[in-house]
Amino acid sequence: MGQQVINGLFLGSIYALFALGYTLVFGVLDILNLAHAAVFMLATFVAVALVGHGLNILVALPLAVVFAGLVGLVLERVAFRPLRARTDSNISGLISSLAAATIIEAVALEIWGPNITRFPFGTLPDGPANQLALFGGTVSRLQLTIIAVAVLLVLALTWLVKGTRLGREVRAVAESPRAARVLGVDVDRAIAAAFFISSALGGAAGVLYGLAFNSISPDMGRGVELKGLAVIILGGMGSMPGAVLAGFALGLIEVFVVANLGGSWRDAISFAGLFLFLVLRPRGLLGAAATREA
Amino acid sequence: MRLAGRISLFAAASLLLTVSARAETVVKIGAALSLTGPAAAYGAQQKTGILAAVEEVNKSGALKGVKLEAVIEDDASTKEQGIAVFQRFINKDKVSAIIGPTLSNTATAADPLAQGAKVPVVAVSNTLPKGITDIGDYIWRVSLTEAQVIPSALKSAKAKLGFKSAGILYGNDDAFTQGAYGVMKSTLDSLGTATLATQTFAKPDKDYTAQLTALLATKPEILVVSALVENASGIVAQARQLGWQGPIFGGNGFNSPKLIANAGPASEGVYVGTAWNKPSTDAANLAFQKAMADRKHDPDQFCAQAYTGVLVIAEAIKLSGKGGRDDIKAGFLKLKDLSTPLGKFSFNTDRDGEHGAALQVVKDGKFQIVP
Repeated sequence: MGQQVINGLFLGSIYALFALGYTLVFGVLDILNLAHAAVFMLATFVAVALVGHGLNILVALPLAVVFAGLVGLVLERVAFRPLRARTDSNISGLISSLAAATIIEAVALEIWGPNITRFPFGTLPDGPANQLALFGGTVSRLQLTIIAVAVLLVLALTWLVKGTRLGREVRAVAESPRAARVLGVDVDRAIAAAFFISSALGGAAGVLYGLAFNSISPDMGRGVELKGLAVIILGGMGSMPGAVLAGFALGLIEVFVVANLGGSWRDAISFAGLFLFLVLRPRGLLGAAATREA
Repeated sequence: MRLAGRISLFAAASLLLTVSARAETVVKIGAALSLTGPAAAYGAQQKTGILAAVEEVNKSGALKGVKLEAVIEDDASTKEQGIAVFQRFINKDKVSAIIGPTLSNTATAADPLAQGAKVPVVAVSNTLPKGITDIGDYIWRVSLTEAQVIPSALKSAKAKLGFKSAGILYGNDDAFTQGAYGVMKSTLDSLGTATLATQTFAKPDKDYTAQLTALLATKPEILVVSALVENASGIVAQARQLGWQGPIFGGNGFNSPKLIANAGPASEGVYVGTAWNKPSTDAANLAFQKAMADRKHDPDQFCAQAYTGVLVIAEAIKLSGKGGRDDIKAGFLKLKDLSTPLGKFSFNTDRDGEHGAALQVVKDGKFQIVP
């Protein structure tokens, strides 16, 4: 039982990290960035390439994360900003990000091919010597590292958003871009920063996912994309603590469904459960209530 | 002078034509292989085996006046593309025979087309017991079925390891892994081994920790897994990560050096039945391994079976004297005790291959035959 909880938390930490980036952009811009999963995938490939060239994973991970953030900046500039003035910017931004995602995936396919890539052995030490008995289960160093990094990033993001000036600006823009501009906030810069952070988180999730399951391919984002969407809806659109909570919840639910009902039921139950939950509580776990101030 | 020049040119041209008309006939063999997708690891080995065999047969001159030509296409490990490739082979390239497809899953969809068009198919890696050769009399098989390999391999494993209980994990979205599971379960039952728990997964899955944790909680003495190599690699790695040090028994999907390359030290102690006894000193096996060494290629069972597939077709052409579709089929009916890298090969009355099988274990980073 304890082992399954560990498995669930482990999976959940990756979902949580991925969803956090998603919900950040949604909260700020009211746009779903569908290229998030593509950045997730790209960062992993970059990390593999860096490790392949001899860098330690502890160096490759931050580098890949920064790279992902930069891709996010480019995305914002190219795919989102030109459409911001339009009245239908929510939908056009969505479509634009979908286009960007397709392009990124095609580029990755061209560079790395469709077959599965793996981190070289010893990237993160493995084997019985690196395992710990905890709560009736076995946690490997790999799993602990991933959960720790995920938690650290969540805390870092929370501090950034609550405690720094940049964070305040991003929150102001999320509340109302016009009012923020009137108050002297550089809206463009705040939005760019939000995208950088969001994509960096997505990239981090990707590298951790790649390390966890060691099965990296240009279409690896697909499996997580829908789950990420489910998580941010479950957590409440735009709520960061909600995304984290829902991420862990989904991880636990999936693991227990598989263990007790079988692998085939996993996605069916996860999404059916999500549906049911939304019927009962449309705003998600921690989302804002339906009425919005003008 | 100009007229004489023209006449000699015409004479030279017609001489050239008659000379080329006396050249050999080309017999095309289409190979539908999974070069991309979950079965890519097997397809790559098969491609090397087929190309090498075609070269060796042509070089040896055993088929007088006939030159073999391999046409290789990718079926992407999917049914849809397998069907498209078969149609191309049958109608556009007009091949005399087809080798493949790599996956049984694809074969169940594509082979009926060849049967309908009366094109012989030689399955070199389909190990699904039912649903391949029973499609029709043009479908023949070189690869031993799971029903032929698993029972003898599991029995050998039990004799060596003495396990009394097992946990089973299998992929339920692929005809091969599902069919192999059926054989594994019934073999375990007939050996008196209790199946404590059964779990499933799907090909796109990457996380098997939930299923493995549930299985290991019942404390089995051996893990029996039916999966293709990419899933198998993840399963073996994660099982070891969860602390399982015991034996793991796998089906034909595990039969690839890619398993060892991907799972690394975690793959030690994995048992797999095999249709290819690598250390055998049989002349045909030694010749095959030399041909591979010359090409600087490390072959696996899939390579040996694909190579044998070409040898079988070549023998059929030799026996019937001609290289047409029905000639090859007639040749198969006559084929008996052909020397191949897999041993002495014959077709049985169900058009399936027959030869001895063996058990291997991953030890020190290599597959080693268990005596």
